[in-house]
Amino acid sequence: MTLTKRIIPCLDVKNGRVVKGLNFESIKDAGDPVELAAKYSNEGADELVFLDITASNEQRETIKELVRKVASVINIPFTVGGGVKSVDDARNILLNGADKVGINTGAINNPTVITELADLFGRQCVVVAIDAKRNYLTKPGVTLFDEGNGKFWFEVFIFGGKKGTGLDAISWAKKADSLGAGEILLTSIDADGTKNGYDITLTKAVVDSVSIPVIASGGCGESSHMVDIFEKSDVDAALAATIFHYNTHGVNGVKKDLREKFISVRL
Amino acid sequence: MVNLAIFDYGAGNIFSLKNSLEQAGASVDVITSFDKPNVYSGLLLPGVGNFDPAIKSINENSKTKFHDYVKEDTPVLGICLGMEMFFEKSEEGIEKGFNVIDGEIVVLPSTMKVPHMGWNNLEIKKSGTILEGVDDGSWVYFVHSYRAKPKFDDVITAESDYGVKVPAVVEKNNFFGTQFHPEKSGDVGKIMIQNFLNVCKK
Repeated sequence: MTLTKRIIPCLDVKNGRVVKGLNFESIKDAGDPVELAAKYSNEGADELVFLDITASNEQRETIKELVRKVASVINIPFTVGGGVKSVDDARNILLNGADKVGINTGAINNPTVITELADLFGRQCVVVAIDAKRNYLTKPGVTLFDEGNGKFWFEVFIFGGKKGTGLDAISWAKKADSLGAGEILLTSIDADGTKNGYDITLTKAVVDSVSIPVIASGGCGESSHMVDIFEKSDVDAALAATIFHYNTHGVNGVKKDLREKFISVRL
Repeated sequence: MVNLAIFDYGAGNIFSLKNSLEQAGASVDVITSFDKPNVYSGLLLPGVGNFDPAIKSINENSKTKFHDYVKEDTPVLGICLGMEMFFEKSEEGIEKGFNVIDGEIVVLPSTMKVPHMGWNNLEIKKSGTILEGVDDGSWVYFVHSYRAKPKFDDVITAESDYGVKVPAVVEKNNFFGTQFHPEKSGDVGKIMIQNFLNVCKK
């Protein structure tokens, strides 16, 4: 045996509540983060991700108290992201019970913070979150793709998917890897909230470009989407929110579906 | 109630470990030096940080050496990096380990994704204190880039397969080490934490 594929419920937290939106917008309430965290941990989630989705926009720190409460009710790995800019921000999160720190906008603005975090806390602590979106306006130096609608590249977006950076997602993933990231949390803005499945083109391209584990995120509407991404790419983990929040599939149910399709999961 | 200490090297999350020990019924102090008298029934070296900064944090804040603090009687559970410090040296740094178990720490093979991150199976080699009541094949959570290479295999009670055989649990005298994180390994992890507490109670 070797590593199982990880199934990771994600809590997008805004003003102390778990919310879920479509394509990073139109937010709706999905419940209490502490209750949901305990439920997912008990149901067999392999890990939990907590993203304070307003942090970058409103320039405030992640809700420490809430992180602490969530950490105290789970016994699985716990990643917290949102608004992390510095070693101090990261330390605050880790001291309140997170195992890994997700960094997104902060790393784009100051890539050396990835190395600082890796040197101090170990690279396994550093999860670089990348939000990427198709851009059909091609330019030199980017990795081009074609799905039949013309050539495009994947552009990195920041501030919760609101602002394009002009950066090529594939190059940025490689750079994050070389700077000391321990893992990439890769969200497809095109797929996010659609429930039409993960972004296979994007995921495969990033997984094949880096030497560190990658978590696929965005677009999962049913267990078969997880089967799909695991079969079609060498991705390590699949993150989802909606299918867990609204109780359509329990974590355990999803993992049973995966095992039936011969995906190695912890059950 | 069993009274334990966690050594904090100042490099990350010890909250979860403290929380899991308290849930198992221990009272826990966080210490940052070995200079105060050892009043504890057990010591934990947590699994966060890097080899050199962690060793330095201990040496710079303590006149008392690790081995003089725990002697042959305080049970010590080293988790991940904490376990790696039991050995003579590590490829992660230039500082010397505590050298209570013969062998060294080497980097994982580059043919695999590094860090080794996720849930992997335990292959139990022989019975041991930490593994009491733990089924062969149980999944535990690993997150590490280095592995132990003990000089003598008899200290290994369980391994895990990641391209190479990764020593997952080591035991020697009062020193217990796990390469994975029991405090992050769900219900199986709870059993191991409880097993360590049981040793401390003796």
